[in-house]
Amino acid sequence: MIESIKSFMGWFFVTGDPMIYGADASIALASIGIVAVLTYFKKWKWLWEEWLTTVDHKKIGIMYIIAALLMLFRGGVDALMMRAQLTLPNLHFLDAEHYNQVFTTHGTIMIIFVAMPFIFGLMNIAVPLQIGARDVAFPFLNALSFWLFFFGAMLFNLSFVIGGSPDAGWSSYAPYAGAEMNPGVGQNYYLIGVQISGIGSLATGINFLVTILKMRAPGMTLFKMPLFTWSILITSVIVVFAFPAFTVALALMSIDRLFGAHFFTIAAGGSPMLWANLFWFWGHPEVYIVLLPVFGIFSEVIATFAHKTLFGYAVMVWSMVAISVLSFITWLHHFFTMGNTAPVNAFFSISTMLIAIPTGVKIFNWLFTLNKGRIQFTTPMLWALAFIPNFTIGGITGVMLAMAPADYQYHNSYFLVAHFHSTLIAGTVFGIFCGLHYWWPKMFGYLLDETKGKWAFWIFMISFNICFMPMYFLGLMGMTRRMYTYPAGLGWTPINVVMTIGAVGMGVGFIIMAYNIVWSAIHGKKDKTGDPWDGRTLEWATSSPAAEYNFAHIPEVSTRDAFEAMKEAERKGEADSKKPYAPIHMPSNTGIPVIMSAFMFVAGFGCVFEWYWMAIPGAIGVIACMIARSFVYDDHHFIPVEDIERTEAATGRLS
Amino acid sequence: MTDATLSLHEKDQSKLPLEYRTEEGDLRIVGFWIFLAAELVLFGTLFGSYLVLQSHTAGGPGPHDLFEIGPVMAETIVLLISSFTCGLSTLELRRHNKKGLIGWLIVTILLGLVFLGLEINEFYTYAVHEGAPISRSAFLSGFFVLLGTHGAHVTLGIVWIAGILLQLGKRGITTVTARKAFMAGLYWHFLDVVWIFIFTAVYLTGLVI
Repeated sequence: MIESIKSFMGWFFVTGDPMIYGADASIALASIGIVAVLTYFKKWKWLWEEWLTTVDHKKIGIMYIIAALLMLFRGGVDALMMRAQLTLPNLHFLDAEHYNQVFTTHGTIMIIFVAMPFIFGLMNIAVPLQIGARDVAFPFLNALSFWLFFFGAMLFNLSFVIGGSPDAGWSSYAPYAGAEMNPGVGQNYYLIGVQISGIGSLATGINFLVTILKMRAPGMTLFKMPLFTWSILITSVIVVFAFPAFTVALALMSIDRLFGAHFFTIAAGGSPMLWANLFWFWGHPEVYIVLLPVFGIFSEVIATFAHKTLFGYAVMVWSMVAISVLSFITWLHHFFTMGNTAPVNAFFSISTMLIAIPTGVKIFNWLFTLNKGRIQFTTPMLWALAFIPNFTIGGITGVMLAMAPADYQYHNSYFLVAHFHSTLIAGTVFGIFCGLHYWWPKMFGYLLDETKGKWAFWIFMISFNICFMPMYFLGLMGMTRRMYTYPAGLGWTPINVVMTIGAVGMGVGFIIMAYNIVWSAIHGKKDKTGDPWDGRTLEWATSSPAAEYNFAHIPEVSTRDAFEAMKEAERKGEADSKKPYAPIHMPSNTGIPVIMSAFMFVAGFGCVFEWYWMAIPGAIGVIACMIARSFVYDDHHFIPVEDIERTEAATGRLS
Repeated sequence: MTDATLSLHEKDQSKLPLEYRTEEGDLRIVGFWIFLAAELVLFGTLFGSYLVLQSHTAGGPGPHDLFEIGPVMAETIVLLISSFTCGLSTLELRRHNKKGLIGWLIVTILLGLVFLGLEINEFYTYAVHEGAPISRSAFLSGFFVLLGTHGAHVTLGIVWIAGILLQLGKRGITTVTARKAFMAGLYWHFLDVVWIFIFTAVYLTGLVI
């Protein structure tokens, strides 16, 4: 009996690596610490009522960002472990298997559990405010999206200590990711964890599409929307049409692994290439799902701090539309070398290069917006300005990779790794940091410290270049990605040393930013006006942080840069006369999303281990929650006029 | 959702069908159409995968060996009739006839159950009697997952409509229950469209080509 328990524990928990024991201990300590603090300060009720059951888009946005920052920390530690291993030739800091797991979790976490939720967080905070709405179209669904993401991410991260991590790369190519070559539970964690959070992402796409199409303030026609809202509208369309393909791909591979089907196996007629096609049919649009929103953020920030209206607004919109269409017909460029015919490669080569045109148009529009502006070098503006040259390098090397014949040289080398980090760090990461600093006062009512913010920016940005510029040359010198060590004497060592120094610098930059968040929470400058940056769009028209109902009166819009126009009217003394308040209809909190997602977690964990005694009750719980939700009719309440008056008076806005 | 967005759409509310009369109903129906668009991509991906793998029988039974036109025609006719009765239920909804609406919805889900019974019988025949389970070949994996996904959708639709029937019985036809019945109708018709593609792409091409 004891022996069988012992052998089960040895298989169930990941054993043998002192670093993982360290992680076990710190996870246990952190969990006990959180429970102890919540209990000691009697915060459980607060946690449940204010956060776990909330349907307020602003709070959901904050939860997305907290979760994404934690995941960024984990993905960053993975990155530093890889850099430590590769600093010098023939190191044995990580063994081959562990290294494979680390690059797999690094990629998956950074794309799916950092980039997407961070962007979803920022759009939850900004979009309803920018369009003058009181919440998203489907607040319940919004909470469900968040909790599905959260539990999907937790399930994926559990693999690290229970059962073993996936090791087939974030793209999980078949047949290596299949059951035959890759037994064990690691790959199941990938498939099911990502699937659960992917369902949430699809729901977010539908939610924001309807919100933006149907809930804009009176007078805000599509071409008067702020550009960030435009970018989210287009991104939502991509999410709706790309994610179902990924849902299917993950489901088919899960069925292969759990029920012995033959979609992607080599035996019995399966087609490994089918996986590559399905994965990248989602995977390439996914790149734009994490890029277009940050294009929107940069457009807002550059216009705000150049104190000018954005140059070429309509062209900016149409170039994003063009990018979104093209993003669906370029997926094959991820595998030019995998046996396509020349005409097929030629088509995808050209379609890929075409994307450079609308992207280039956008770059020039940002530059022309800066032209003759009164530029204010705030922290968000620094991130936006640094984005332009750094991202352009990533874009240009992308065009190099798009040339199919040349790609045979670059494919799977560090040149490729450098390229996509140049786009995803200089684009997405700079963008989410930019948006974080920009909207922070709107989220919490105080500003992040500018000095510390600028230190973090300069250290992170310079270190990014120290890490990734040499990487292009390393790739051209022949080092391929995903190799866990390399022999001395190939001339790769000095570059690897420099890259590791850069990676550590990026870690330092991140720590300064984290310190800034903690410091500013205590000492940060309060934002009493609601408009700390002299903003141009409607989110700055309300108080910081915005009241539960966002706007006491729904603003009326007549031009682009609606808030700028309102301030102009006020300066001319043409401000609106006072209007009486009316009770506001708001959605009520509900515990169903978090409970339903927890059942999904149970069902997912059961599937990972093929424990159907666990998976089936979990699935029944999910369906029971859906039925329970269908029978809830009392899901909203009215905020009475007295409460609105009290809230508005507290922020000095009583009209 | 909110009073302010109502003013965006200053239509004569009383002329609209019940399910569109509230802002909430309008939003949810638009959202549901977008969800159906996503479902279209989902089934499109499954169809694509099936068509790629159709000829990969790995020496096992192929479409010619398995498919029989009789049971497939029965499934098709039952499901198409259920779509017709579902349409009748929407007509009754527009006439605010609670009894007619409930009656036709019950007929719809009964036909749905008959369809499911026929499909499960077909799956059972293949997997057990013909020696053609999901693990036999890539063709069969594609077949079972494409049809199984459709069947799972039908099952969910039956559970959903049953829940709506209870709410209709308790609350009658209101803006909320009307919207739910209408959306379930959209979903049911969508599943019929998918079946027509299955009938063509899986059974007809399987038997002819």
